[in-house]
Amino acid sequence: MISSLKIAIRFTLVTTVLLGLLYPLAVTAFAHIAMRDKADGQLLSQNGHVIGSAILGQSFAGDRYFHGRLSAAGNGYDAANSGGTNLAQSSKKLVDRINGDAATYSKTSSADVPIDLVTTSGSGLDPDITPAAALYQVSRVAQARHMDDASLRALVQAHTQGRQFGILGEPRVNVLELNMALDAAH
Amino acid sequence: MTANGWLQFVLFFAVLIALMRPLGIYMARVFQGERTFLDPVLHPIESLLYKLCGVNAEEEMGWRQYTGAMLLFSFVSLLLTYLIERLQHILPWNPQHLAGVSPALAWNTAASFTTNTNWQSYVPEVTMSYFTQMVTLAYHNFLSGAVGIAVAITLVRGIARRESKTIGNFWVDCIRGVLYILLPLCLILAPILIGQGVVQNMHAYTQAQTLEHGQQTIAQGPVASQEAIKMLGTNGGGFFNANSAHPFENPTPLTNFLEVLAIFLIPAALTVTLGKMTGSPGHGWAVFACMSVLFCAALVTIYWAESQPHPLLHGVSQSSSALQSGGNMEGKEVRFGIADTALFATATTDASCGAVNAMHDSFTPLGGMVVLANIMLGEIVFGGVGSGLYGMLIYVVLAVFIAGLMVGRTPEYLGKKIEAFDVKMAMLYVLIFPLLILVLTAISVLSPQMGLSSLNNAGPHGLTEILYAFTSGAGNNGSAFAGLNANTNWYNISLGFTMLAGRFLMMIPMLALAGNLAQKKSVPPSPGTFPVNSSLFTVLLTGVIVIVGALTFFPALSLGPILEHLLLHQGSLF
Repeated sequence: MISSLKIAIRFTLVTTVLLGLLYPLAVTAFAHIAMRDKADGQLLSQNGHVIGSAILGQSFAGDRYFHGRLSAAGNGYDAANSGGTNLAQSSKKLVDRINGDAATYSKTSSADVPIDLVTTSGSGLDPDITPAAALYQVSRVAQARHMDDASLRALVQAHTQGRQFGILGEPRVNVLELNMALDAAH
Repeated sequence: MTANGWLQFVLFFAVLIALMRPLGIYMARVFQGERTFLDPVLHPIESLLYKLCGVNAEEEMGWRQYTGAMLLFSFVSLLLTYLIERLQHILPWNPQHLAGVSPALAWNTAASFTTNTNWQSYVPEVTMSYFTQMVTLAYHNFLSGAVGIAVAITLVRGIARRESKTIGNFWVDCIRGVLYILLPLCLILAPILIGQGVVQNMHAYTQAQTLEHGQQTIAQGPVASQEAIKMLGTNGGGFFNANSAHPFENPTPLTNFLEVLAIFLIPAALTVTLGKMTGSPGHGWAVFACMSVLFCAALVTIYWAESQPHPLLHGVSQSSSALQSGGNMEGKEVRFGIADTALFATATTDASCGAVNAMHDSFTPLGGMVVLANIMLGEIVFGGVGSGLYGMLIYVVLAVFIAGLMVGRTPEYLGKKIEAFDVKMAMLYVLIFPLLILVLTAISVLSPQMGLSSLNNAGPHGLTEILYAFTSGAGNNGSAFAGLNANTNWYNISLGFTMLAGRFLMMIPMLALAGNLAQKKSVPPSPGTFPVNSSLFTVLLTGVIVIVGALTFFPALSLGPILEHLLLHQGSLF
């Protein structure tokens, strides 16, 4: 028993050094040398300061920008407090929220609002919207920026990512990328 | 539902089948102590580890000694984890200056990660330092996985050996499992994940000024190294609160595909290992076929349920088209849509993984019911690394026993007579599980202050939240209907107990069974022997699983998700 306990203690310490320290630090060192940008979160800079990560969503409220998913991370797109609402499909709060938002959207558009624009994402940091949701917002953004719908629609199409390798996942539009392209173009 | 969705499922299954055979044969070599192609690199490290740990690799253990070593190791490593969590504020790699973890939460988390559950009552990015995540949580991801594989292998040895008093050496099985299987696979997977955008650094959180001049704090960390073993070891504890829904954990459809594959890879390969080590490859395939049937049934149901439009929404486009996947998108990510979410949710609950790429709490009532039912079946559909196989073998013993009863002969399983002791141990394993879940759920439901005050949703869904928590704890799954606030003294302590009981109280009968089988004589097959490599056996086994699961949990499910579904479609909200 005592000798087994001694082995258990030594085993725990030795494997902790191997798997808890050497392994992650080796992977970190490798990542830092070989793929630094990816390993650091694909941070984007403008005028010398970081404006976000290319693969994390951020909050957009103004009419001049395309809006992303609703977010339940902290007070919205808090990238240090990720998560969803966890509201049930049978939750009155959820159904009232979605129907309320849909009613607001219906004042400016006769088309039904795409489901991803009125639902919160799982992470609260979803960087993407569906192509349907991007096209749905074209006329609002075009009006706010005094652009014509057709050129904006072309910009959305240019920033639509297809399925990975043509088969995996779903087509999507990265909202931050699209909005930065919008700023650059106009 | 789209053609592309179905195509992805077929692709996934094809890749799984292609990879499981070579890996399964390799694992059989590892655990039979044979030479492998990695020996030139790993053998010197292995010998060094034995020397440093004071392990005599030649010594074999009986089942009692094996169990003792397993429990001692689990106790010591649990204690170390508890201490490190409590003291993380004075330990290195804590750039956010996070405080030490409170006692109830530290206890819950230590129990959770030691038992391969990875239930998380906390938000990691504001609770756990990089040091704690690496040295304790990711560490347990390796070792709890290795222990699971080791225990499964002892059972296989129990079946394969003849008149043997021993079932292997715990320390050797763990070290070989880590060194020859888990670590090499992680070293392949982690760099691919980083290449796709999973972060891996030790920086403090980044402060960003957004395009609309808001502030955004971006959590960082050594994520990819933990992500790899989180999936391969079917652990499932997220580096971030949103788990594999977070773009830093699961940035692209490719990472999603690989993460789901990583959940099933070792468990599926273990069916090949079973066939190989017992000299009955056909039996391995029969077990695999049973798992596949249950997997497909769950996947199709979840995919269908989550694609359905919500009956009470107005002015919302919910149908699938070339421009959107439609369906229920609350709590889901656009890059995964419905198909990849259904695949992930099925795999993570079929196995005891518990990682999530969407919020299960926001699934449709029937979609949520299937993920819950997957865990209730005992996570034997491929299952957790090791724990899936030994859980399945328990049902195999029951199936052979029932077949024996039907023809009135002493049941045999691969040459071993299945006698009273074996069936008792199997029944103990089957009974402890619902006992934990149903009793603790009942206590929680009856107590407004301790149990009900944590609910996020009312009505039947509230019951499902609590039921899911204890099912996830007892099944060592770790996924959640995460609306339930489990970071209270009642849930932290009771779930901590549930996880330990769900792991060790079920492993001990398991090891006793292994030991008892190992010392039996082998009897040659006779005309009355029920063949365990036939499709008839697969049907019987599937039937036993579904009937035992349904008899145990149908009443609870009918009060939760089934009632919720019926009321929702009548127009009732809560």
